[in-house]
Amino acid sequence: MSHLAVPKTYKLYIGGKFPRSESGRVYEILDASGEFLANAAQASRKDARDAVVSARAAVSGWSKATGYNRGQVLYRIAELLEGRRAQFVDEIVHAEGVSAAAAMAQVDEAIDRWIWYAGWADKYVQVAGNANAVSGPYFNISVPEPTGVVAIVAPQDSSLVGFVSAVAPALVAGNTVVVIAAERLPLSAISLAEVLATSDVPGGVVNILTGSPAEIAPWLASHADVNALDLVGAGALDWVQLQIDAAETLKRVFPPEQGSDAAAPSLARIVGFTETKTVWHTKSLI
Amino acid sequence: MTIDRLVSPASRATEVLGGELTESSLKRYLNGISGVDAVGLEARAADLGSRSIKTTSKAWALDRIISLIDLTTLEGADTPGKVRSLVAKGLNPDAADPTSPRVAAICVYGDMVPAAVEALGASHGLDKGPGGINVAAVATAFPSGRASLAVKLADTADAVAAGADEIDMVIDRGAFLSGRYGQVFDEIVAVKEACRRPDGSFAHLKVILETGELNTYDNVRRASWLSILAGGDFIKTSTGKVAPAATLPVTLLMLEVVRDWHRLTGEKIGVKPAGGIRTSKDAIKYLVAVAETAGEEWLQPHLFRFGASSLLNDVLLQRQKLASGHYSGADYVTID
Repeated sequence: MSHLAVPKTYKLYIGGKFPRSESGRVYEILDASGEFLANAAQASRKDARDAVVSARAAVSGWSKATGYNRGQVLYRIAELLEGRRAQFVDEIVHAEGVSAAAAMAQVDEAIDRWIWYAGWADKYVQVAGNANAVSGPYFNISVPEPTGVVAIVAPQDSSLVGFVSAVAPALVAGNTVVVIAAERLPLSAISLAEVLATSDVPGGVVNILTGSPAEIAPWLASHADVNALDLVGAGALDWVQLQIDAAETLKRVFPPEQGSDAAAPSLARIVGFTETKTVWHTKSLI
Repeated sequence: MTIDRLVSPASRATEVLGGELTESSLKRYLNGISGVDAVGLEARAADLGSRSIKTTSKAWALDRIISLIDLTTLEGADTPGKVRSLVAKGLNPDAADPTSPRVAAICVYGDMVPAAVEALGASHGLDKGPGGINVAAVATAFPSGRASLAVKLADTADAVAAGADEIDMVIDRGAFLSGRYGQVFDEIVAVKEACRRPDGSFAHLKVILETGELNTYDNVRRASWLSILAGGDFIKTSTGKVAPAATLPVTLLMLEVVRDWHRLTGEKIGVKPAGGIRTSKDAIKYLVAVAETAGEEWLQPHLFRFGASSLLNDVLLQRQKLASGHYSGADYVTID
């Protein structure tokens, strides 16, 4: 008896759970040759709202974890990704129409970037922080702290490495994220969610929406409970308007980036979504 | 055979039951009330919760919810300062929007009544003019109700003397569950009497059934009738200290009792769900249940209240969303 293939419906990832869109909508994901590949949930503004609620609730726990601990958790994602590389390679080959070697190289690069950023988790404070010189018997210390909830429009032309490159740096400092995956290439993002759900990343730290960035991004840009906006994959949207919306609630914003090295690994992507806290402390009591 | 005990001759009960009020006549009456169809009740509540309330109706509902809230703080750590800030919030819920309506009442422990009255100043009293706010006090050894009657009455009289407009009393669930209806009845009657002010008027009496401890819908229905017969002005679901607190089916059931009482006597009794209602969405479901069960005229602070603390902030966030067109965040409302 022949086996009837069961196509997978990819769902959203919000608060550590995999809900369908509250709108009930799905859209077809086609492979590189235009054939039906899978159905993905088409998120609505209310899904974005729910995702922000989950992300906000997760901020206190994730940001209070020590950098050492966050580094371990991020490293663990890389470990799990390594174990499921065949699935990701397969998805990328189908979705992007690239060779297995190219897909494998992309998965390798994604794993490497998780590890690179994991290493920064207990080190970036030493680099970005400072013991300031003051003319008095005081310590004056500046330390970076996470800004809170970061909304991300992931790069639209990459399945996995673009997504990881945008999400990982925001997590390093202790932010939580709501990320809109690539509209045409969302499958690896949701498969990554299945990795995250079985890793040590607390629910709500990463929330993944699939669907139309043009529809969802404006709601996140204007959302008063979102602290920062990464428009790295928003080049095709009206991103100037998104920046204007973001300015209304004083968000930190990263502009769109194009090309294969979009969101290339850098310390700036970690430090960009932090706030500097400066404290005074007496050197000694007389 | 035990001798049948006479219970306090409350006027409502005397009229409805007729004859001499005794423990057994009360028991016979309450046990004669038909049972609740639990499946039907829950299905009806779920159905009422599925109504879509949008745009202008939603804006109306949000403002109405605020004006029906008993803004509550019932913590062991309460201080006069906390009560003052709660009153400030009740008077001006959204600091960025003076058009926001005021809440119906501030609900506190008895010893905090003077602080609330003082903080309200000229705005004290729901009936004294537009923008007035009542002071409600929980009494009778809230939340457990485990104290002697004398203590409960003193607790009540003390709060009324301090200026409380409303008294939230708890029934003796232990007595009710063991079938001593007469004792529960007498206590409500006595507390009602303790609500009398020197000028002969009464503080409004809300009777808390603590439905989370009554176990069955049948018990909730009986306790509702009992409370109304004994003279309660409001029936209230819960103290908020026991889970489950207010649920939509339980509130719907109590609204049905209130509706039936109105049909029977023409008298309007209030309902107050309290505890566990935290989102505007939930609160709107209750408004729908009220409008479609007791009637729209119940959607006013003399006949319906929400006992809540965190609900107000969620309603304010929704209000801001409607006004600005974008989602608001917790940074734009006060931390209580």
